[in-house]
Amino acid sequence: MSPLEIISAVLLAIGSFLVLSGAIGLLRFPDVYSRMHAAGITDTLGAVAILLGLMFLAGWTLVLAKLIMILLFLLLTGPTASHTLGKAAWKSGLQPLTDGREPAGDSGKGAE
Amino acid sequence: MSVLFSHYNYWVVIVLMMIGFYIVIAQGNLVKKLIGLNIFQTSVFILYISAGKVSGGTAPILADGITLYSNPLPHVLILTAIVVGIATTALGLSLIIRIRDTYGSVEEQDVRAAEGNRKQESC
Amino acid sequence: MELLLDISLLSMLVATAIGIAVSRDLLAAVMLSSIYGLLSANFFVTMDAVDVAFTEASVGAGISPLLMFATLAIVGRFERYPHQRALPALLLVVLTGAMLILATLDIPAFGDPNAPAQTHVAPRFINESGTEIGIPNMVTSVLASYRGFDTFGEVTVVFAAVVGVLALLGSSLPAAGRKLPDTLLQASNHRILRIVSKILVAPIMLFALYVQFHGDYGPGGGFQAGVIFAAAIIIYTMLFGLEAAMKVINVTVLRVLAAFGVLLYGSVGLVAMLNGKNFLDYDALAADPVHGQHYGIIVIELGVGITVAAVMMLIYFAFAGRLIDRSHKS
Repeated sequence: MSPLEIISAVLLAIGSFLVLSGAIGLLRFPDVYSRMHAAGITDTLGAVAILLGLMFLAGWTLVLAKLIMILLFLLLTGPTASHTLGKAAWKSGLQPLTDGREPAGDSGKGAE
Repeated sequence: MSVLFSHYNYWVVIVLMMIGFYIVIAQGNLVKKLIGLNIFQTSVFILYISAGKVSGGTAPILADGITLYSNPLPHVLILTAIVVGIATTALGLSLIIRIRDTYGSVEEQDVRAAEGNRKQESC
Repeated sequence: MELLLDISLLSMLVATAIGIAVSRDLLAAVMLSSIYGLLSANFFVTMDAVDVAFTEASVGAGISPLLMFATLAIVGRFERYPHQRALPALLLVVLTGAMLILATLDIPAFGDPNAPAQTHVAPRFINESGTEIGIPNMVTSVLASYRGFDTFGEVTVVFAAVVGVLALLGSSLPAAGRKLPDTLLQASNHRILRIVSKILVAPIMLFALYVQFHGDYGPGGGFQAGVIFAAAIIIYTMLFGLEAAMKVINVTVLRVLAAFGVLLYGSVGLVAMLNGKNFLDYDALAADPVHGQHYGIIVIELGVGITVAAVMMLIYFAFAGRLIDRSHKS
């Protein structure tokens, strides 16, 4: 195996682990906001690691350029989608689960 | 066992088709019926595309060093069917909106009841 | 490995379909149907049908749920009654399914290279299209040239569907002079969403043009490009309001364009006839038949792209106009 292939394999493994952990988190976490945190990892860091791994395999070809464009697109859309989802959840009155203590900031509004 | 591996996707097609069929005949909401029809339609797409797959083949785009391609004909049929499908779905949805305007509901039962009332009045 | 991928994708499809059947919240059902579209697009990629996957991803996961959301905003989100006749329906469905599964045993095994479907016209397309049509993407060759007449019919059906939609909802199309409430359909307080989409709209349009003109060499073509182009305009309309969109887009021009695409397609056929060949026989378009094929395919794909893009936008505007009418009444 060439060094490039080893780097790519490590990145792909990291990416797959992050996607898997995101999926488990999505099923196991208690409320919308923590679940969104799990899903957010999947479509940013997980996807980025997988795409970087593929880029190392692609070499200096047209495929590399396409992968870079996909990466940029994902980095723009993923966080925007998470942000919009979080905003929608907050607007519809869903409160984050806390341990009961009052947080330091001015939260607690927003719920009807 | 070999029958399982050589036919499993046709069986999945039939399961999907039957789920779509069930939604169409058992659920009264017209939008839901349309979603059911879409599931039915997609199952037919999967049937065609599965029939065009050749084991070990690649996508039907000519390239050097490749001799085995999957069948391009089902791809053409389904590609156009998908776009025609969305156009007809849009037509169905606009019919549903007009039904809602006329009867005030998109439930099959309400529409039937309203239609029954109308007939009695005209008698 | 491929088998494992197939089986997991297909089981996810079945799970999603069951989820749709069980859910009484139509909004959730439409969301699930979008996931269903994306999953089937993934499945089409594993089946080597990249062009189909492309179309299904843009239509099944994109435009189709969007139109259903617009409808739900008008007709309401929840089913009112429980399932009727659930038990007889279930019996009928299981019985039909069992008989169909029995019938599948006569179908040749999946992936069999000697199945009848693989041995009749397909070898001709695979072996000859490279020299007869001269473009690498066989799906485009078959779509635009060998089966050009059929595709002409499909484009006409798409056009006829939009005529139907406009006949049903057309009175609510946003006309140039009509004052529209700019608060509706306009997510004015979603600043991040608006900025990101503003950045993305132009690249999406550029990508649509790439898909349109690169369809001879890779996956793509007029159908996909039209849907993607319309999606860019629809995103803009959703975030900045109909009034902003109407400043760049004239609905009358869109109507003319929807018909123009079909006419462009048909006139290529007529030119071929005037040159003494059959309808849609592109050999007649240039001295060298292969060049003629290439010109013909580029022009008719352009016609398909124009019609599909115009039709998708018109349908969306008709639905959006109806939403605005409702908000005026209430």
